[in-house]
Amino acid sequence: MKYNRREFIKTGGIVMLGSLAAPSFLGSCSGSGKIDQAAGIPFALNHFGVSENDLKKVLSAALEKGGDYADLFFEHTFRNSIRLQDGAVNQATSHIDYGMGVRVLAGDQTGYAYIENITLDEMLKAARTAARIATGSTATNTPINLTEKSILQDYYSISTPWDEIAVKEKMPYLQKLNDKIFSLDSRVNKVTASLSDSTSHILFCNSEGLTYYDYRPMVVLGATCIMEENGRIENSGAARSYRMGAEFLTDEVINTIAKQAVDKTAILFRAIMPKGGEMPVVMGAGGSGILLHEAIGHAFEADFNRKNTSIFSDQLGKKICNENINVIDDGTIPFNRGSVNIDDDGVEGQKTYIVKDGVLASYLHDRISAQYYGIPSTGNGRRESFRFMPIPRMRATYMEAGNVTEEEIISTVKKGIYAANFTNGQVQIGAGDFTFFVKDGYLIENGKLTQPIKDINIIGNGPKALADITMVGNNYEMDNGSWNCGKDGQSCPVTCGMPSALVSKLTVGGES
Amino acid sequence: MITQQNKKLAQWAMEYALKNGCQASRINLYAGSNTSFEVRDMKIDRLQQASESGMNILLYVDGRFASYSTNRLDKKELERFIKEGIEATRFLAEDKARTLPDPSRYYKGGMPDLQTYDSKINSIQPDDKLGLAMSTCEEIMGKDERIISAETSYSDGDSASYIIASNGFEGESSTSSFSLVGSVSIKGENEVRPSGYWYDASLFYDSLIKKGIGTKALERTISRLGQTKIKSGKYPMLVDNMNASRLLSPLIDALYGSSIQQNNSFLLNKLNEKVLGSNVSLFDEPHMIKAPGARYFDNEGVATKQMSIFENGILNTYFINTYSANKLNMDPTISSPSIITMKMGDKNQDQLVASVNKGILVTGFNGGNSNSTTGDFSFGVEGFLIENGKIVQPVSEMNITGNLLTLWSNLIEAGNDPRLSSSWRIPSLLFNDVNFSGL
Repeated sequence: MKYNRREFIKTGGIVMLGSLAAPSFLGSCSGSGKIDQAAGIPFALNHFGVSENDLKKVLSAALEKGGDYADLFFEHTFRNSIRLQDGAVNQATSHIDYGMGVRVLAGDQTGYAYIENITLDEMLKAARTAARIATGSTATNTPINLTEKSILQDYYSISTPWDEIAVKEKMPYLQKLNDKIFSLDSRVNKVTASLSDSTSHILFCNSEGLTYYDYRPMVVLGATCIMEENGRIENSGAARSYRMGAEFLTDEVINTIAKQAVDKTAILFRAIMPKGGEMPVVMGAGGSGILLHEAIGHAFEADFNRKNTSIFSDQLGKKICNENINVIDDGTIPFNRGSVNIDDDGVEGQKTYIVKDGVLASYLHDRISAQYYGIPSTGNGRRESFRFMPIPRMRATYMEAGNVTEEEIISTVKKGIYAANFTNGQVQIGAGDFTFFVKDGYLIENGKLTQPIKDINIIGNGPKALADITMVGNNYEMDNGSWNCGKDGQSCPVTCGMPSALVSKLTVGGES
Repeated sequence: MITQQNKKLAQWAMEYALKNGCQASRINLYAGSNTSFEVRDMKIDRLQQASESGMNILLYVDGRFASYSTNRLDKKELERFIKEGIEATRFLAEDKARTLPDPSRYYKGGMPDLQTYDSKINSIQPDDKLGLAMSTCEEIMGKDERIISAETSYSDGDSASYIIASNGFEGESSTSSFSLVGSVSIKGENEVRPSGYWYDASLFYDSLIKKGIGTKALERTISRLGQTKIKSGKYPMLVDNMNASRLLSPLIDALYGSSIQQNNSFLLNKLNEKVLGSNVSLFDEPHMIKAPGARYFDNEGVATKQMSIFENGILNTYFINTYSANKLNMDPTISSPSIITMKMGDKNQDQLVASVNKGILVTGFNGGNSNSTTGDFSFGVEGFLIENGKIVQPVSEMNITGNLLTLWSNLIEAGNDPRLSSSWRIPSLLFNDVNFSGL
């Protein structure tokens, strides 16, 4: 349930193989560079060195103990990163991950096994391990013919694949980012910057005959900045992340990140730790979506609700907040870090209203929970990699804009906090207590922003906080930082967004 | 386990890299496997099994450095991988500080076995593993009418690593792990469904606690019923031995050479100064037998040794690896601590509770963070209000806020009860004057 901002300084390094048209292990692939989603299954089968017949054999083995359903998830991922420190791009890291997982369902029970060496024998072995979740002695389901499902909407169609860009072509962007940050403020003392890209080839097929191929790009560019003023040191940072190719790299994005990193660090020198306690909190536009992610998003994930362990388990169809509030979890925003063409259960990406006109409209479903509730899945079945089974996960979670200005919202608060930037948050699904850490913000005194504040945790209870949202601004913003969501030991890329909003009461950390 | 065949592959990869333009290299080959049986309400919920292996190759080429890893352990693919890696590394900026450790610092072997691997791991039957998850679940089911759900799991696994460096290091290590977890959700007032858990973990199957995990999980969950927040104020804070490490972790992070070199540490320029309370002494004791975290060498192959980290509040060492040492022009120490121990007091948690007039026992953290350059922190907490030496009320939805150096200077007393299943052996800790924000 942790929701940590990716520590890009730790993902360091970089890329590989600059001048190659295709990454190393695509030797068996006929195309070079960009792979069209439509090239699909034949490409993917060839890439993973398996035949349609192999897949059917493995699916049969997976169901030989009487399982109801089985799927196979093949993944080949290339991750590269380059890192700048002390003024020079002097570290590169590359990682190749390759393997497949077999999942067998018997009712809502799951058997899962994965392998890294994709041969028919190994796949059959994994299938028989996963099959043991079912306790029958004979197969009751046999796989039908595999039918290719085309990706109807490609939300991350790219023009320049990362494997077409040489290391030496990427390096100047980090150098520019470094130089820009130093040029903006003489107090800047150290900068680290990193550019990480990844490209995944996914082949999926299941015992219902559905087969698809998905090409998933991702990029994160970020910088941290250390500043010193009169012997005092502060640090902060900024990042942008999208499902995009190398066309992402522009001077504009460099300038945006540089300015944000410097602004966020500089303000800390003027900031104080406020007095703590219960008070109104105005959530600024953008990253405040972390409130939705923690206060309600996780508790709406249908695995918790089918087990009846979420604080929202009995609230479907009930009014839970102001009727002007609409909250969405969306997998269809072009190039968004949280977007999915098709989820890891084989369901198309979609836009799901979780709160509509103040009413809890839908949980976030994967295959198992959708079957439990007898409704179509919302396309939220996601997994970190072939090493994991899919579970309900958020995508891009945001609140629609309201109709007042941010100034009007602030003007109603006599004494409170304005929360601007965040680093991480967490929630207890059943108790409903959630928290988020405010890196910087302001005191609100008599309707105006006054003294900057920093480094405080805010804690609240999900249903109460939602019901306490009394004003929603007209300034909706998506935060395209490098958010990662953790659950059950799996990490997933997500985003969040929000217009400015007033929560009438939350507990703010601080001096007593 | 690392096979002889894969060891040979690593040795071949090293030779291949050196022949093709790389002047120095370190290779880390890893392998591991794990199984888990998860039970929900006396029914198997999830069964998982896997094994994996891969190779991490560090290349030092013409004064430049890069790190490449892959789980494709095929000689032909590795050839291309290494050649292309060397080419790509040449594009980077030169960094003279990137070197292998001085060979004199490597672990040379000859010490007794640290006994971190249980060879029994491959002979435990799946039915026995499932049986443990089931019996733990049985301890919970039907014991209270408010129970919504009981989830338990048994997991085990092993991992092994084989490291070779081109200037003369070869080392191998392996470890096993076993764990049993019980978690419970119960119906509270209104829509609230408190949950809680308990677990044991061990390197050895025979020493894993197999009874009472479910019972304890249920007790802990029921004790949370009726949680409320109390008035903001400065109170003594007792943190239990499951959570005390959370307050140590930012102190340890501030000691890494990478943090020091980047001026990103609130303990910058504090070596040999008294920065914590006189009653705070912390050590790295890497050579304990049968202990999680025990090791003779770090990830660079450098020999580990017993070290004092803080003694009577005085900072005695940073964790300086080869790169940071070169950059900072300091003597290297070790890449990271292995087993952290703390000078203990003579009271267990109950005795510490009894010593508190009015304060809060923290039994769980909920989010929060700290500032790496100033040491300021703010964390969400839950636990219990203590009055007159007795636990009187569960509390939640509160924050603690302050500065880590002030906090650790206000340590009243350390307990005598560290959990030995963790490599950080930190007992219950009692601090004075902590800012709690609530009502």
